[in-house]
Amino acid sequence: MLHVDMQNVNKWFGAHHVLRDVNLSVTHGERIVICGPSGSGKSTMIRCINRLEAHEKGRIVVDGTELTNDVKKIDEVRRDVGMVFQHFNLFPHLTILENCTLAPMWVKRMPRRDAEEVAMHYLNRVRIPEQANKYPGQLSGGQQQRVAIARSLCMSPKIMLFDEPTSALDPEMVKEVLDTMVSLAEEGMTMLCVTHEMGFARQVADRVIFMDAGQIVEVNEPRAFFENPQHERTKTFLGQILH
Amino acid sequence: MSNATAMMRSVRSAPMFRDRTNTIATAMFGAILVYLGARFARWAVVNAVWTVPPGVGSAPCRAVAGSGACWAVISDRLRFISLGTYPLDQQWRPVVASLLFIALYAASARRSWWKPGLFVLWLAVPALAIVLLRGGWFGLSSVATEFWGGLPLTFLLSTVSFALAFPFGVALALGRRSEMPAVRTMSITYIELIRAVPLVSMIFMAAVMFPLFVPQSFTLDKLLRAHVAFVMVMSAYLAEVLRGGLQAIPKGQYEAAASIGLPYWPTTVMIVLPQAVRTTIPSIVNTFIGFFKDTSLVAVIGLFDLLGAAKAVIVDPKWVGFGVEVYLFVAAVYFTFTFSVSRYTQRLERVLSAERNH
Repeated sequence: MLHVDMQNVNKWFGAHHVLRDVNLSVTHGERIVICGPSGSGKSTMIRCINRLEAHEKGRIVVDGTELTNDVKKIDEVRRDVGMVFQHFNLFPHLTILENCTLAPMWVKRMPRRDAEEVAMHYLNRVRIPEQANKYPGQLSGGQQQRVAIARSLCMSPKIMLFDEPTSALDPEMVKEVLDTMVSLAEEGMTMLCVTHEMGFARQVADRVIFMDAGQIVEVNEPRAFFENPQHERTKTFLGQILH
Repeated sequence: MSNATAMMRSVRSAPMFRDRTNTIATAMFGAILVYLGARFARWAVVNAVWTVPPGVGSAPCRAVAGSGACWAVISDRLRFISLGTYPLDQQWRPVVASLLFIALYAASARRSWWKPGLFVLWLAVPALAIVLLRGGWFGLSSVATEFWGGLPLTFLLSTVSFALAFPFGVALALGRRSEMPAVRTMSITYIELIRAVPLVSMIFMAAVMFPLFVPQSFTLDKLLRAHVAFVMVMSAYLAEVLRGGLQAIPKGQYEAAASIGLPYWPTTVMIVLPQAVRTTIPSIVNTFIGFFKDTSLVAVIGLFDLLGAAKAVIVDPKWVGFGVEVYLFVAAVYFTFTFSVSRYTQRLERVLSAERNH
């Protein structure tokens, strides 16, 4: 069974057609990297998967549940889909630990002690257990992004979405976040990453998708994608970011 | 020696002495200020009558009327101004109630005590104060609300109204941003309607018109009706203050909450409101100061709060004609409270902005 299935998905922001007949099928455990120029619709596409954006035409089925206006279904999908944002979006008034225990306690009704145990487990995994009682503002960007990853993992998601997770980071912090993502990928998590980290794409992606002007222009396995791009637009784009 | 020249130089370089016009203007205004200050000091201190011996009435004051202040009116009627018509032998009760309120304000000022328990305290202290003032329990003699007055009444009105208006204000602020059109329309209508009506007329309506609309057998205490008016108005103002805080919350916070599956209410209670309240605390305190002073408007429906009691003193034949002294004293009391609160808010804003940027 497909894990994420998008068929003829269309979306408009006012008169602007941001997604044009997007078709994408992702199987269990598959790692997809999505790249493309800014404004190409790549963020909007993955934001449709957990309904942060609603699509207007077509079908999106996530882990067997079709996304419609049904709030219950949306909540169901969101419980199984984690998301990491460009600007981390941690809750600034809560400690790192509280950021991580919030959803398990309020969505899964987990007792506090169990939720804290789960949180510490994942904070260990992203290698910052010692920051548990600090506030987000006291951490570096890279540390904050790793906390954001841990916060998502605390809900034991089946699918992880990454929306340019390293774009807002200082260069020296990119690696620590990518390392965390690589280790997640090695465990067989289904992942969709919007990123321009082509090294990461080469290392872990099963498929690389190039989007432009709301369309999926080219899909290929990383080696072929980088060495032998088929479309003119892909070549231009790769030429710009790989120099 | 060199110190003195350095001082002279710094005085000369100050903007108000920079050139001849500025120097002349500064000297003129300085002279006017010194003259007025001296006149006020002569009236308020030098020629003032501080006390009158018992049995002579206000005669010593009348003797200096016009050239000296009569502070004797304050010392003579201090009890009445600060506690109203509360029975004399029971006056420890309003005193204790006032101290409770002051302790509550002091406790609220501590940053480290901003926990949900503080809201409970804001309900518990007024409840305790009411038990004390009203009596009829625990062997305390019962005192009807007509006899409550002075400073405790001012504290009671502002504290109870604020504590009750806060939850309503939160509900209205959330309602105004609701996605449900009916809820949104109702919230907007309420807020705009209430804000368009002067507070004085709301108090009048509560005091005079409300009894006309309900059956005769159903009587509601006048003090309680004044509270209802204050809660109604204050909640509309607080709602607008909080709305600003809600608007300041970045979209990413809502998206992060949605992405981990948090439904509306947990998101609102755990993520949105704590941040909205924190950013608007200076404005919330400001609203409280405003209403603390506005409680004096209940004097118009015959309640003897601080100002109401003061007005009652100056129509007393013994002290008639000494209104300036009494009003100055009451103003000084209000000033003491509101100025310390506003200084506190300034400090708080620095602390909060430092916290946000750490």
